[in-house]
Amino acid sequence: MPENANNANKRIDEPTGTELVGHEWDGIEELNTPLPRWWLWTFYATIAWALVYVILYPAWPMVSQATEGVFGWSSRGDLQTELADAQQARTAIFERIGATDLDALANDPELLNQAIVGGEAAFKQHCVQCHGAGAAGYEEYGYPNLNDDDWLWGGTLSDIEYTLTHGVRWEGSGETRLTYMPAFGEIFQKSEIDALVAHVLSLSGEGPGSASGAALFETNCSACHGVDGAGDRAQGAPALNDAIWLYGKDKASIAQQIRAPRHGVMPGWSDKLDPVTIRMLAAYVHSRGGGEAEAPELPAEDETETADEVATTQTSGDDERG
Amino acid sequence: MESTLGRVGLWAIVLMLAIVGIAGAQDSGFAVHMGLIAGVAVLLIVATMTTFDPLAKAQSIFKMPPGPERYDDDVVRWGVIATMFWGLAGLLAGLFIALQLAFPILNLEPWFTFGRVRPLHTSAVIFAFGGNALIATSFYVVQRTCRTTLALPGTARFVFWGYQLFIVLAATGYLLGVTQSREYAEPEWYVDLWLTVVWLAYLAVFVATILKRREPHIYVANWFYLAFIITVAMLHVVNNLAMPVSLLGSRSYSAFAGVQDALTQWWYGHNAVGFFLTAGFLAMMYYFVPKQANRPVYSYRLSIIHFWSLIFLYIWAGPHHLHYTALPDWAQTLGMVFSIMLWMPSWGGMINGLMTLNGAWDKVRTDPIIRMMVMALAFYGMSTFEGPMLSIKAVNSLSHYTDWTIGHVHSGALGWNGMITFACVYFLVPKLWKKDRLYSLRMINWHFWLATLGIVFYAASMWVAGITQGLMWREYGSDGYLVNSFIDTVAALHPMYLMRAFGGLLYLSGAIIMTYNIWMTIAGYQRDEAPMADMEYDEEADRPLPANPQAQPAE
Repeated sequence: MPENANNANKRIDEPTGTELVGHEWDGIEELNTPLPRWWLWTFYATIAWALVYVILYPAWPMVSQATEGVFGWSSRGDLQTELADAQQARTAIFERIGATDLDALANDPELLNQAIVGGEAAFKQHCVQCHGAGAAGYEEYGYPNLNDDDWLWGGTLSDIEYTLTHGVRWEGSGETRLTYMPAFGEIFQKSEIDALVAHVLSLSGEGPGSASGAALFETNCSACHGVDGAGDRAQGAPALNDAIWLYGKDKASIAQQIRAPRHGVMPGWSDKLDPVTIRMLAAYVHSRGGGEAEAPELPAEDETETADEVATTQTSGDDERG
Repeated sequence: MESTLGRVGLWAIVLMLAIVGIAGAQDSGFAVHMGLIAGVAVLLIVATMTTFDPLAKAQSIFKMPPGPERYDDDVVRWGVIATMFWGLAGLLAGLFIALQLAFPILNLEPWFTFGRVRPLHTSAVIFAFGGNALIATSFYVVQRTCRTTLALPGTARFVFWGYQLFIVLAATGYLLGVTQSREYAEPEWYVDLWLTVVWLAYLAVFVATILKRREPHIYVANWFYLAFIITVAMLHVVNNLAMPVSLLGSRSYSAFAGVQDALTQWWYGHNAVGFFLTAGFLAMMYYFVPKQANRPVYSYRLSIIHFWSLIFLYIWAGPHHLHYTALPDWAQTLGMVFSIMLWMPSWGGMINGLMTLNGAWDKVRTDPIIRMMVMALAFYGMSTFEGPMLSIKAVNSLSHYTDWTIGHVHSGALGWNGMITFACVYFLVPKLWKKDRLYSLRMINWHFWLATLGIVFYAASMWVAGITQGLMWREYGSDGYLVNSFIDTVAALHPMYLMRAFGGLLYLSGAIIMTYNIWMTIAGYQRDEAPMADMEYDEEADRPLPANPQAQPAE
């Protein structure tokens, strides 16, 4: 090493005017600059801050638990407080919605609006995964569009609430919406299925149709889907005479659905959500554009069906919604 | 002859074990890895038994100067080439996954989904690019600052090649689905064991070289390298404690469970940043910045204080990755206050680097390598301010799980680690290959600006994305309900993801230019170009104005 570190030959670095320490490695030397004061004092300040913080907040692990800190703050406690506050702010509305029957709710615009807003928030958390953020569904997987007025199981507030509560083909509920279409793949020849597809398409004005298909439809399909293909909400049979399709509208998709129908499942939410949230979800879905009024003069089941049929015939629809 | 036979015997045993491994493999990933090892063994047997010497062949392709060397630089040259190679691979993988986030259709099942390519990207840039840069520069620096050749030269070569095998096993494993699912520690148990062997060999070479030094003192860069090597060994071993499901299978179970497992993982993960990406790269800075600037280090005292404070404080800061989780509050507090105290020790390195330029600041204008170093230190300073800030719980409640974290990591990784590595490679290549100068200084300038602009696009878009995301997640309407669904935030971020990918493209373009520049330098070419510092000098204009104003002609 060229410089002797022990002797006190104080060499000064020209450009900076600072003393050199005297060590040298491969041509690299070091200046004897003192610690920058602002650096040192900022470092001390962060240490002081840390010392204060660990007294104020939980910090020191002891034998059975850590110190709780002067403020007594805890992240769980913080969360509880915030949740309780949010809960508190909504309690009045929740109670009112829970205590209002659906007819009255529909006639109370202010309360209905509260229910819709709450339903929208719940929808974003629980429903968008299948039905999409805009509630437009996902045709490829058979998740129904909730924005149209074509309903599989009925579009009144009470229908929707029932579907939400018990689900569709949901093992968790004994009262779930349940329907299965037979698989016709082993019953029909390929030519017969093609004829049926042509007929089904013609129900909504697509293509010339097929006389033999119409005959097959009459015999095999009309019991559920209706002679004119308007569907039957009582048994969840989709309308086939509109432009809305659950599993796709191309010939291959329709043929596949005849051969080996796919049956979507929607969970019933009564295990996970409280009745008021479900009611708010029903209000939100009902508000998306296709909500139907409860028909006043008949018992609910009959009314719904009647209303459905009228609506579907008018719009010529074929599909479904949860 | 006997040693040749002995070696062939050794490789044959390895080959047989690998074949047994393939035959008894419990899963296809393990079988592929044993196949790779068998291939290496076959290559070694052929190379030992015949005159075929793949290393010498490659040495000639890469025009490595022949020995005898004054310093033992073969491993350093290999390391520089490996750094460039893995750097390009890692940046390309990064661009690919950035595009996957913007265009999910690019997720190609099963090998090239985001979940598999993402660890490939992180490991390639941190451990392959960064790791090779650290190994190469540490071997270069320790020899020169100790004024001695590498101790254990054979072991040093094993370290290099063993490390490459680790990288290949890790990278192929990710694509095949072989992973422990521990961030930055994804390789499975047998790859971890191999890395442990390689790393201890690395430690042995480094310590032995320091022990045989011809200098009375150990230079500060070597303190940092040593801290990096020792701590990474400790982190790696503890975090990867696991029980294999089968000795012939690639699966294992962690020794820890639940929140202890999470804390161990982030103790590791944070200190991988602290000791791999900070201490190790500060070591590079402490040698190459004073060398390139030709100036003494700013403050010896600062280097001592900030070294020890950095080493002591960093190791406690890991829990800040687990704010607002099941981790007990006291541990979260610990992680936060140590992160805050870490601010100034981190900045000590920046100050010492930047202020070393005192008396040579003009070089920022004329020397693009110095400019890269300054930019690296500037990004180091920004990241080490941002880090403590993000560790504050109130800030973290907004930033956690958002792209802000990604932006933070990349301002550090692209700005600090990338830029300082590029600068060091530019410094090293002419010296290692005995060339007068690099092929082109102007290309370094291009690289500098492309990289800087790339980082700006990357970091800025991720800041905006992260804060947008954080605010949207927590947004409550006046009715008391959350306003946005998760998918709403994804849609809102799409433009930011495009900008991020564009920034990555710029950064990758710079690295490609660098590769070309390095390649041509090694091949012995010099680009015919105007020097960077060439300024017009007009002797006529270079004089004081005449005292008599009448002498001025009217316009």
